[in-house]
Amino acid sequence: MVERAIRVLIAKPGLDGHDRGAKIIARALRDAGMEVIYTGLRQTPEMIAEAALQEDVDVVGLSILSGAHMGLVPRVMELLNANGQTDMHVFIGGIIPESDVAALKKMGVQAVYGPGTITGVVVEDIRQAVTGTTVPFNK
Amino acid sequence: MDLVEAILAGERLPLARLLTQVENDTPAGRKGLDGLFPFTGKAHLVGVTGAPGTGKSSLVNQLANVFRHPQNGTLPLKVAVVAIDPSSPFTGGALLGDRLRMRDLCGDPGVFIRSMASRGALGGLARATADVVQVLDAAGFEVILIETVGAGQSEVDIARLAHTTIVVEAPGMGDDIQAIKAGILEIADILVVNKADRPGVENTERALRAMLELAGPEYGSASAFGRTGREHHGASGSGASADTAPELIEQGSGWVTPVLRTIGPQAHGIEEVVQAIFEHRDYLQKSGEWLDRERSRLKNELDILLQSTLVNKWNSQLPEGVYESTLARLCERQISPFQAVDRLMETRLQPCL
Repeated sequence: MVERAIRVLIAKPGLDGHDRGAKIIARALRDAGMEVIYTGLRQTPEMIAEAALQEDVDVVGLSILSGAHMGLVPRVMELLNANGQTDMHVFIGGIIPESDVAALKKMGVQAVYGPGTITGVVVEDIRQAVTGTTVPFNK
Repeated sequence: MDLVEAILAGERLPLARLLTQVENDTPAGRKGLDGLFPFTGKAHLVGVTGAPGTGKSSLVNQLANVFRHPQNGTLPLKVAVVAIDPSSPFTGGALLGDRLRMRDLCGDPGVFIRSMASRGALGGLARATADVVQVLDAAGFEVILIETVGAGQSEVDIARLAHTTIVVEAPGMGDDIQAIKAGILEIADILVVNKADRPGVENTERALRAMLELAGPEYGSASAFGRTGREHHGASGSGASADTAPELIEQGSGWVTPVLRTIGPQAHGIEEVVQAIFEHRDYLQKSGEWLDRERSRLKNELDILLQSTLVNKWNSQLPEGVYESTLARLCERQISPFQAVDRLMETRLQPCL
């Protein structure tokens, strides 16, 4: 039996073209021993949910700088749930106004990270979220 | 057994979850494989290998597209993609980026893409790739495209797993001496020169053709190397690991390895590659090589599993401290590695608990 690796999908939904933050996070998670599936720029919520399903990831990290998070995030959450991945840990990074954070968390988002976040914090939060709870294997 | 039934019925979440269990070699994964194994053996396994940056992922994307949208009026085939990228030797982490090139395949229920980290395996695949492929085979995918890690010269495990191996080259990657070295080029059933809009494509193509002709003009294939050549992998298997010298890969001699030009982003030349894949399948089936390859693949898998099971069992029965003390004496140069193994083999094992 192999030690279980944490699998993370890092995706950029929507139309903004800046992926430096996403790449930094992807690299930090890789260096923390996680397997990171990086899907690149301009993903639709459908593409993200499909990748999360096929890759059976534990975590979805969304990087959004466009301001469209209140439109994109609910759609991603809805699709993940529709696919049966109700136990997914979803994290968001980017430019997210403080006033939206509570609403995002209410949708099921685990944490929201702004500019200047220390990558070690993200790593620890993800590790805590995934290994603190078990992913049930039924069916 | 409803996990097996769900997967046979084409449900995707159970499939994705079982793949994780299989990749982690858990009891649930093994049980799932046991149940699905009778339904395997139908898919055409196509390996795609080549150096980093030659355009393997883009080519896989285009190939899958043609299988899904055939121009000649045949039915689309269900396609699974298994894409392997390397794990860091330091942290075990991995950045799996092959999917990035495959966005054309999004939203197609006839396609399933799975990324795998190599997790320390050195042959270009991950240890669990063969098992992951079996699950996808049982799930009804008719073509399974297996993309290896960016391969150098000797990552040839894919030729043991796949029915058809495509080696992707790009212009400017080496001269004709590179082309006659043993290893990756000789496992090619189909050679693709990708990025054919780059300068130097004629030279690359000429070097590859010359390599094929040197192998034996009467066949026009690389097979003559296979009969006399040895593999790069260590001929001396050692220690308490399950790895020993792999058997030589069997090669038939009736197939003429084509050299085809492609330009990934423009989908130029892709139809011809797909055509060659179908022709190779027909050749394998008519010549009986299909069954030979299946048999040697399963034998290979059985041997590896048997070896690792034996080592694990032996480890669990070895009295505590014997291995460490032997290793210490070895490090002190008091005994040689052969003597160390003799000593370990002569140690009286404890009965199974």
